[in-house]
Amino acid sequence: MKSKARLMQGNEACVEGAIAAGMRFYAGYPITPSTEIAELSAERLPLVGGRFMQMEDEIGGMAAIIGASLTGAKSMTATSGPGFSLKQENIGYASIAEVPCVIVNVQRGGPSTGMPTSPAQGEIMQARWGTHGDHPVIALTPSSVRETFDLTIKAFNFAEKYRTPVILLMDEVIGHMREKVQLPDPSEIEIIDRKRPDCSSEEYLPYEADNDLVPPMADFGTGYRYHVTGLVHDETGFPSNSTAVADKLIRRLSNKIEIHRDEIESWEEENTEDAEVLILSYGCVARSSKSAMNILRERGIKAGTFRPITIWPFPEKRLRELAAKVKTIVVPEMNLGQLVLEVERICGCNAKIEKLNKVSCEIIYPEEIVSKIEEVL
Amino acid sequence: MPSVLVENYFRTEKLPQIWCPGCGHGIITRSIASAIEKSGIDKNKICIVSGIGCSSRAPGYLDFNTLHTTHGRALAFATGIKMAKPEIKVIVIMGDGDATAIGGNHLIHACRRNIGITAIVYNNSIYGMTGGQYSPTTPKYDKGTTAPYGNIDKAFDICKLAASAGATYVGRATAYHASLVTSLVQNAISNEGFSLIEAISMCPTYYGRKNKKGSAVSMMEWQKNSAINISAAAKMSPEALEGKFLIGELKNSPEPEYTNEYQKIIDRLKKESQ
Repeated sequence: MKSKARLMQGNEACVEGAIAAGMRFYAGYPITPSTEIAELSAERLPLVGGRFMQMEDEIGGMAAIIGASLTGAKSMTATSGPGFSLKQENIGYASIAEVPCVIVNVQRGGPSTGMPTSPAQGEIMQARWGTHGDHPVIALTPSSVRETFDLTIKAFNFAEKYRTPVILLMDEVIGHMREKVQLPDPSEIEIIDRKRPDCSSEEYLPYEADNDLVPPMADFGTGYRYHVTGLVHDETGFPSNSTAVADKLIRRLSNKIEIHRDEIESWEEENTEDAEVLILSYGCVARSSKSAMNILRERGIKAGTFRPITIWPFPEKRLRELAAKVKTIVVPEMNLGQLVLEVERICGCNAKIEKLNKVSCEIIYPEEIVSKIEEVL
Repeated sequence: MPSVLVENYFRTEKLPQIWCPGCGHGIITRSIASAIEKSGIDKNKICIVSGIGCSSRAPGYLDFNTLHTTHGRALAFATGIKMAKPEIKVIVIMGDGDATAIGGNHLIHACRRNIGITAIVYNNSIYGMTGGQYSPTTPKYDKGTTAPYGNIDKAFDICKLAASAGATYVGRATAYHASLVTSLVQNAISNEGFSLIEAISMCPTYYGRKNKKGSAVSMMEWQKNSAINISAAAKMSPEALEGKFLIGELKNSPEPEYTNEYQKIIDRLKKESQ
């Protein structure tokens, strides 16, 4: 049975999704424009037997969710630009120690304190490479309130399945926008829990991966007494100075995402069958792109849209196919050109790539996309 | 043959440990294991967390759920563990730089919340792992590799800091007073709220050498001669206490513990919804 339709904000949908996914621990620090996620988590979590903590800083928030996750609790933190920078240290820790967790970044204008109450898309590359060293990343970008709900659940599922931090990359428009939303019945929602060991504690090797390259994870406090470290470690979990161990670990961490790209990657495309110009965008800008496409179609221009939902890993294969068919790809972004770098790398010289960038901390309007396309065609 | 204590509570296959000859950290780690043994808590319900530095390698040798985290953040990770699973006894091992410089903010807030964590700070007055830089507990005018002309920073009194920030059990001992470390840690573990034990250690390799403190033995003699038990200090004149420091139980004033307070909210909401 579907719930009654509700008028809901993106940040609210994120908390609803997290609770539905099984979140039982949240730690964070107040920051605009993500604060509603903390406020609603504080309200909702004790009602379901979960726990909320407002930490002393963003770094502590990230650390606390890793600690909680090690006990088996599904955990999340939410922040915005400046806080996202602070969380990078322990996002790297969660990557190498393979601790499932979800990090929400509701993007605002940057760099530094920037434009705290205005939208931007400046953390596309930070979401990929923000923490030091080679590491795996999954980052999802919703472009509606309902999709925020769905992708928050997906973020928890990916975190649990692949034992990795997952980033939900929202923007201020999606976070604060209100839409009429009908949430699915809980029975319709797929929930994934991490693999736990099926061997005895004596036989358990905490970092020995199965064929899917993901090791089963034992909850702290259940008799599996093992060691977790941010240092390079072998299958036993203990640090190692072996160059071979380092090579094997870093490659496995990356490959556990790479070999599952088909399951992870998602995107949405419209009117791509006959499109000559493809508008590639994500987050709130994808909404304008859709309107722009409709206007262009009315004017006889064969426009289509491509919206990566997972920006990391980027749906590379599908874009390469489309790049062979279309003449021009236009990439509107609320930054000076970040995801376009990936588009250029993937498409090579198959299609002409045009950038449309805005860093005034306001959304890109459909008319701006239309003008750009009419100018370049 | 390792002792029964070492056999039962250490990962003997990981020994010997990495610390330099003469370092006090091994003595303190053994004293902590002894306190855990005396407390009689199930090994499977204990979690030991550390940050980064010489002291933070201790959990790797101890046979529990152990978590070696990032520099300064041990208490924040530990807070998540305690909050998500309050039945776990969480013990945090930190160094002086780890706990009071990069981790200073986490330290004062863990104290303030009175969350049920036992923090043990191995204080050797120097950053050892990186090769002898001055720390927030290096005495004023002493030398470090980054203070070649003498350190002009004033040192923290870790126990006073913790007590005034709200820790409900605070004590200090030294590597020389190993059995006092054990009894203080045992009391700290049985305190429901946040406890902090400062264990004065010696680093003959860096702090000692830079400051001409002699061998590890003479550094331990300094600990023996400079430490005054708080009960003895009460009968001493201020002049006699000049250049000395206090050891023993410095604060013991239990207050409601943080995760219990949160549980009350969960229980109240449950009741109201029925």
